[in-house]
Amino acid sequence: MAERYELRFSGAGGQGLITAGIILAEAASIIENKYAVQSQSYGPEARGGASKSEVIISEEPIDYPKATVVDACLAMTQEAADKYAVGIKPGGLLLVDSDFVKNPPQGDYKVYDMPIMRTAKEEVGREIVANVIALGAMIALTDVVKRESGEKAVLAKVPEAFIDLNKKAYNIGFEKVKDLLEK
Amino acid sequence: MAKKVALIQGNEACAQGALYAGCSFFAGYPITPSTEVAEVMSIELPKIGGKFIQMEDEIGAIAALIGAALTGAKALDSTSGPGMSLKQELLGYACIAEIPCVIVNVQRGGPSTGMPTGPSQSDMQQAMWGTHGDHAAIVLTPASCQEIYEETVRAFNLAEKYRMPVQIQLDEICAHMREKVEYAEPGELEVIDREAPSVPPEEYKPYDASKGLVPPLASFGSGYRYHVTGLNKAADGFPTTKAELVDAEERRQIDKIMLNQEDIQKNEEYLLDDAEVILFAYGSTSRSARYAVNELRKDGVKAGMFRPLTMWPFPEKRVAELADQAGAIVCPEMNLGQMVREVERVAKGNCTVAHIGRVDGEPINPGQIIDKVKEVL
Repeated sequence: MAERYELRFSGAGGQGLITAGIILAEAASIIENKYAVQSQSYGPEARGGASKSEVIISEEPIDYPKATVVDACLAMTQEAADKYAVGIKPGGLLLVDSDFVKNPPQGDYKVYDMPIMRTAKEEVGREIVANVIALGAMIALTDVVKRESGEKAVLAKVPEAFIDLNKKAYNIGFEKVKDLLEK
Repeated sequence: MAKKVALIQGNEACAQGALYAGCSFFAGYPITPSTEVAEVMSIELPKIGGKFIQMEDEIGAIAALIGAALTGAKALDSTSGPGMSLKQELLGYACIAEIPCVIVNVQRGGPSTGMPTGPSQSDMQQAMWGTHGDHAAIVLTPASCQEIYEETVRAFNLAEKYRMPVQIQLDEICAHMREKVEYAEPGELEVIDREAPSVPPEEYKPYDASKGLVPPLASFGSGYRYHVTGLNKAADGFPTTKAELVDAEERRQIDKIMLNQEDIQKNEEYLLDDAEVILFAYGSTSRSARYAVNELRKDGVKAGMFRPLTMWPFPEKRVAELADQAGAIVCPEMNLGQMVREVERVAKGNCTVAHIGRVDGEPINPGQIIDKVKEVL
């Protein structure tokens, strides 16, 4: 793994992207014993509108806690894509929810699309787990933590009654990306 | 056994550190970006028989803090700049009456209401000089979640040992970011408890200088009766205007800190041995500075960083030495020139001193620091 790997999760406030960032940071730092720092947009900008959560993961202690050049970015809405899918490293990647981001910002990086909200609704049955699908997808795309570490972190975060739902969501997100990559 | 670890915010780490230190009382008034400190204390204190009280405002909060501390409790208050401005009068009261307590200021922009959700380091001189009158101050500036946890324990130790209010200056970035914190086992970190008087109640004087620079403080309710006032006072705690008594007490209260600086000072020195340009940085800005030092070293620039964890009393001796050693000291701060004044004062013209100020609610990024260093060289 690179010395410093930066991820940004963005979408609409309330979509659970801050939680997704926290779960990823837990997978990296608590489960895999790497270094991780999670931060998020805060205040009025986080209430409705576009919101973001950043996670930096490294094998070494992390100094600057904010993103510098983003290795991997997720955008769940067009507004978030326009605002936050910037500063992506050449050779990096952008994952968008294809139903909502009609014009993904283009650059020297790969753009992947996946109907994340629709998958949550139609295949898992609950839109609320879209963030966990997205998390599974981002982990599959980046290999920044192991598949099992991500799952373990997700399950440690959710109440007992929602374990199966979240497990399903995480794995659907992960597998859909793997299918996409094999195409 | 594996240690208990958690991914938590700086503010949460601060509350956890306070609990480790034995804090049993919190008084405060919620304010962004400090509220999570109060939130955690409100959840945890009732579980251990402690008290959490949300007061009517920030002034009431520090008043309650002082009252609780006088009963022997280790007491914590958290706030941000606007709240800190309100607390200044009673902060001075805690200084002169020598009451141990810990106050966290998660700095945001200002003056006045400023920018609640943006990071800032613009209360650094206020921490020293916000309350009127000559006095000493102990102000700590940790920069990571683990360090906030441990430095909060140290803040309580210093408060109890030196019988005075100790301030922890955070900024929104350190306060809200999440990092892994390893909780210490009981006994792993030093915890200093207040020294009780060795004399019976009838002989007790709360400001008896013959007991040393820090006379023991008796807890209210323990059988000791004494007077507490914000006026200059004699050894027994009652007001006095006798010149020699006033002078001796004023000086003792400053000496107790300034003559114990070796115990109170704490710094990190990063790649300073051969450094020709030194970054003087603290709080979240020091994280950008470390990144900048590493980048500059890759370019062959002999850069290093001096990072105070104790900002006040100011580390004069060491900064003076560094000013002799280096060609330049560069101070990045999220303000328009606060700690750089101290660096300039201490450097006495022996090296170039430059400042990088930022007050737009955005962090100082490593690139800004690198550019400035290259300009100064």
